[in-house]
Amino acid sequence: MADPYQGPAVIPQAILAERLAAIRQRYPEAEPEAVAEIVRAVVSSMRGDLSAQETSLLSEIEELGRTIASAKAEIAALRVDDITGSDIPFATDELDAIVAHTAAATEAILETCETLDQVASDLNGPAAAQLQDATTRIYEACSFQDITGQRITKVVTTLKAIEAKVAHIVAAFGRPEGAPIVTPERELAAAGLDEAALLNGPQLPAAAMDQSDIDRLLASFD
Amino acid sequence: MTIDKSMSVLIVDDYKTMLRIIRNLLKQIDFNNVEEATDGSEALAKLRSNHFGLVISDWNMSPMTGLQLLQEVRADARLKTLPFIMVTAESKAENVVVAKQAGVSNYIVKPFNAETLREKIEKVLGNG
Repeated sequence: MADPYQGPAVIPQAILAERLAAIRQRYPEAEPEAVAEIVRAVVSSMRGDLSAQETSLLSEIEELGRTIASAKAEIAALRVDDITGSDIPFATDELDAIVAHTAAATEAILETCETLDQVASDLNGPAAAQLQDATTRIYEACSFQDITGQRITKVVTTLKAIEAKVAHIVAAFGRPEGAPIVTPERELAAAGLDEAALLNGPQLPAAAMDQSDIDRLLASFD
Repeated sequence: MTIDKSMSVLIVDDYKTMLRIIRNLLKQIDFNNVEEATDGSEALAKLRSNHFGLVISDWNMSPMTGLQLLQEVRADARLKTLPFIMVTAESKAENVVVAKQAGVSNYIVKPFNAETLREKIEKVLGNG
């Protein structure tokens, strides 16, 4: 049975593949402009009268094009300088202040605790043991400062990664013709943030191994 | 086997508050001869110029990390059998495996308590 659908004359697949290869060679990175050019190449290859279905498809492509243009304009209008120049530095300064204040408080607690330890050493009997047990608990609790400091450092690193990604999006959509694309990964690598892939700092309790898990893992080597 | 608590213990951490906490906890279990270093390279210099019976080190330090320190210690003919405990917030299995393969004697995850510290010290010093 003959195919009732009589679509427009289409460009041979080999020629389309050739055009795409040429475009890929010219644009090794997947850029919005390259995508637009591919769409234009496909649309301009169409010949003859369009069916209703094809007209609808073209209309959708045009709408997609307008949406992309609008998104480009909105991204280009982003005040990225505010983000990189003041918003993120403000946030990181605030976090640094938290670390500094809690560190000072922890030092004060430790100093007081050491005084109590000294008093305990001059005592005898149950009172001395009770006092030393209390100071031990305080020392243990004070290690929170180290953990929170490391967690805050992770947050600062995340903020800097967000900053780099925002800059990448703006650069990709609003960059001058011919300017190189800088991916967030390249920016992070240039900033040395991809080093020490092993080091992740404290894990959230749900994802962390506790001491007994680590003991079991170590024992598995014996 | 009785532990000689007069031995010198080197504690290594880039966070001075943590050094102070560990020093106090060690003092409470009668280790009073404690030296401090704030990164691996300072620790290595101290280890090579003095005699220590135990190292308790953080991992994440700069410029020389605790893992690099451990590798240097294990590669040093005089230091290679020195008991070495890693005390760190790095609690992923791959960290523990890498440290074990590098020759760590034991591994304590932060935050830790005094009892865990005492237990691991006794274990690596042969009384656990």
